[in-house]
Amino acid sequence: MPKSEAALTIRLPARIDWWQGAIMMSLIAILVAFILYPVLRVLWVSLSDEKGDLTLIHFVNFFRRPLFREAFVNTLLSGLLVVFFGSLMAVPLAYCSARYEFRGKILLQTLATLPLVIPPFVGAVALQLILGRSGMVNLLLMRYFDVSFPFMEGLSGVVLVQTLHYFPFIMLNTAVSLANIDPSLEEMAQNMGCHGWRLFRRITLPLMLPGFMAGSLLTFIRVIDDLGTPLMLNYKILLAPQAYLRITTVGIDDVDGYAICVVLVVFSLLSLYAARKYLSLADYATAHRGVVVLKPIRGIRRAFVLGFIGIVLGLSLLPHIGIFLLSFSKIWSFSVLPTSYTLDNYTEILFRAPHFVKNTLLYTLLAAGLDVLMGAAIAFLLLRSRLPGRNFLDAIATLPLAIPGVVLAVGYLRVFHGWDFPGAGGPLTSHWMILVIAYTMRRLPYTVRACYAALQQVHLSLEESAQNLGANRMKTFLKITLPLITGGVVAGGLIAFVTSCVELSATIMLVPKVEMGPISYGIYVYMQSALGRGAGAALGVVAILLVSAGTYLTHRVFGGRAGSAFRI
Amino acid sequence: MMKAAQVRLENVGKRYGKQWVLRQVHLQIEQGEFYTFLGPSGCGKTTLLRTIAGFIAPDEGTVYLDGTPVNHVPPWRRDVGMVFQNYALWPHMSVYENVAFGLRERKVTRAEIDRRVMQALEQVDLKGTEGRRPSQLSGGQQQRVALARTLVIQPRVLLLDEPLSNLDAKLRAEMRLELLKLQREVGITTIYVTHDQEEALALSTRIAVMESGRIVQEGSPREIYEEPGDRFVAEFVGKSNLFLGTITRAADALIEVRTDNGLQIRAAFSVGSARAQQGETVLLNVRPEAVELKPPDAGTSEMNQLSGRVTALAYQGSSVEYEIEVRGRALKAHIVHPKGTPLFQPGDEVHLVFAPQNVGLLHHGL
Ligand SMILES: Nc1ncnc2c1ncn2[C@@H]1O[C@H](COP(=O)(O)OP(=O)(O)OP(=O)(O)O)[C@@H](O)[C@H]1O
Ligand SMILES: [Mg+2]
Repeated sequence: MPKSEAALTIRLPARIDWWQGAIMMSLIAILVAFILYPVLRVLWVSLSDEKGDLTLIHFVNFFRRPLFREAFVNTLLSGLLVVFFGSLMAVPLAYCSARYEFRGKILLQTLATLPLVIPPFVGAVALQLILGRSGMVNLLLMRYFDVSFPFMEGLSGVVLVQTLHYFPFIMLNTAVSLANIDPSLEEMAQNMGCHGWRLFRRITLPLMLPGFMAGSLLTFIRVIDDLGTPLMLNYKILLAPQAYLRITTVGIDDVDGYAICVVLVVFSLLSLYAARKYLSLADYATAHRGVVVLKPIRGIRRAFVLGFIGIVLGLSLLPHIGIFLLSFSKIWSFSVLPTSYTLDNYTEILFRAPHFVKNTLLYTLLAAGLDVLMGAAIAFLLLRSRLPGRNFLDAIATLPLAIPGVVLAVGYLRVFHGWDFPGAGGPLTSHWMILVIAYTMRRLPYTVRACYAALQQVHLSLEESAQNLGANRMKTFLKITLPLITGGVVAGGLIAFVTSCVELSATIMLVPKVEMGPISYGIYVYMQSALGRGAGAALGVVAILLVSAGTYLTHRVFGGRAGSAFRI
Repeated sequence: MMKAAQVRLENVGKRYGKQWVLRQVHLQIEQGEFYTFLGPSGCGKTTLLRTIAGFIAPDEGTVYLDGTPVNHVPPWRRDVGMVFQNYALWPHMSVYENVAFGLRERKVTRAEIDRRVMQALEQVDLKGTEGRRPSQLSGGQQQRVALARTLVIQPRVLLLDEPLSNLDAKLRAEMRLELLKLQREVGITTIYVTHDQEEALALSTRIAVMESGRIVQEGSPREIYEEPGDRFVAEFVGKSNLFLGTITRAADALIEVRTDNGLQIRAAFSVGSARAQQGETVLLNVRPEAVELKPPDAGTSEMNQLSGRVTALAYQGSSVEYEIEVRGRALKAHIVHPKGTPLFQPGDEVHLVFAPQNVGLLHHGL
């Protein structure tokens, strides 16, 4: 009797480890197949010559071509300009949000989410109509003052659209790190005789800098990843559109395209690495005394703050207004406002070509579901198992943050084109599942982070005390762990859903046939012709509604910490 | 010698919403004093300290520094140095930069800064750490950096908010002595906040005991301990055996009290304490260390003798803490047993014996 009991206690953990090992192996296999290997293939193509030998010649060629050099400089420049102008709006707003209490503060919260619900490439079209050469503002200026401003021409148009879309990332990150500064650190400086601007410069600024830098770098990554905006504005001298053009016009074997992809990845990886460094620094000043008392402001100062918020809010609402008007217009060109209104655009996208909306729902919900499953499994393995190789798993699950959509798509085309994938009835790149896979992989880091954070808060002792009180593993998981992590897991899934809804960088290259395209692709296709723009805008409105619904739910689930979803 | 200041609070009150967290606080702290706010958690000590530092504006009353009202003087012009409970060392600056910060604000010359920072670090025994970041220091070292940073600007008043509470017991005892020496050395007016009564008794020239936003008693450590004004102070500062009863006989220097559970206790008046009348209800206080335990058969000359039974004991090294049941009440006794002598055991019948001089008479808080 005692003998078999001993055998049982020894076998039990062994069996569990075996299960964990099996899950770990399959996860690693999936991630290698769909993340690491495609990216490495891209890297290899760019580093090898026809004979298969290692060479740097493609990068030498890259920097020899003036067009690529210009695209390289422009990409850096656009990232820096977006961060710069974005910070001009974001930092004062973040300061107000973290330090002051005033009537009308709700506007600030609106401001932090409003720009994010409209995909930048949709916003690009709308801003063309409002600020473009023959848009609303310039037409009015011409009519009354006989001047016009080229707001939307060339790089400045791209920077304008992206600034208005991405500044909330900087704002949220900065606000969090400001709010995390222990108030006694500033009070101590006041106690020493320091106040006002000096206090800000010597204490507040250095302490909030890591969070601000992290937000800026994450914004930078998103800006250089953004393919849709330059395409919509027809400005192509940037790296992402160049890569896209090389592969789609010259062909999948064009080596220059691969070299550009690798340059993009290097940029993103460096930025991500630096962002993580800063984020770990950002937590060093966060020992809290307790309640942070927000300073009430009134009168002239409040008016000043509200005025600033109003201006930024007005600017960031322009795309929404434009797209809304366009979606109801029969025709809108060379006029201040649409000349006639119609519901046809909605009939078109809801009844004549409903597949865009249907596809989006199918793909993104599938992708979000897969992300939640994989994210939860990965988080569990990272936090609760002792298996070797966890760091590797973590690394490849984080990698997609630094892989621009174009690059992943090029990798997929390279790897999965031309051979029949088992079960797909043809090459994977001809099947709509390729989009689901791309979305799943691109958004996996969000669910991993969300599940990880949720599970991390369930301290092991909570589970142990349940087991100590007699609950077995299964019961412990169902009664203690699961309820505690549900919120985080659901929020992670919602973020994956929301961000997949408006994915265009990879979509645009991977859609096998127009009928298989999701909303973002539909918008792109419609926007190519002047007559289709109304329908494209209607799709844009649908996308905004989907994203808003998802964002709203995320806030409900995450509560006040919704902003943390945008800090990776 | 520093320019020590006098601090006066007149009728200071502060409320959050409808709730008053400070009420009618009057006090006067003289130059060079070591004055302590003592009270349980949440009684308003930190709030009071922050009011003096200028971080909180009182809703009523006035704060005076050296006779000048300072209600409208912002924190950075008050010249009172504060040491925060969590030290609030700036993580992005080295130890040297932390300590030099206040001097830079005061536009002191570079050479002078260097001299004074080094002197301050030496004073707190931290020479050689000036290049380190606060995170590379131990808790006790951080605490001393915080102290040096404040002392180096030679403020008029030093405010300390539970500066020792984050340290372990041994270090706390050491730092307590260090702090005392340092304060007496520089002669700075010091206001100290703690909820640790031992700390308060050991350090202070005077103590203000606080309860839910009010000062309930003010006095020297001996006065607070030996003549607590009411039940709250008696129980908060040190341990107490309290007896509620009626005076049955009042003589010149002695009263006799019959307690509500039928005990007979005699108490002597200390000089100057208020007279009590026959028939009055009073609260008596006997400190556990004033009690002696005797076997029931031993004779005694003391006038107070209660018989009871030991219910529990806790050996504490220097003394033994007994709990004794006397007429349905649990009383405490702290007894020092000479080495090798046997202890009383639970169930033992004992006599509690104490002199009338050791019985305190509480006038309030019945
Ligand atoms: N900003 C605030 N808003 C509302 N109530 C507050 C605020 N700050 C403090 N209080 C309340 O005021 C009371 C006194 O707080 P205070 O921090 O002064 O206590 P304390 O005596 O220092 O306590 P401790 O020993 O725990 O530090 C507490 O009941 C606290 O909850
Ligand atoms: Mg306190």
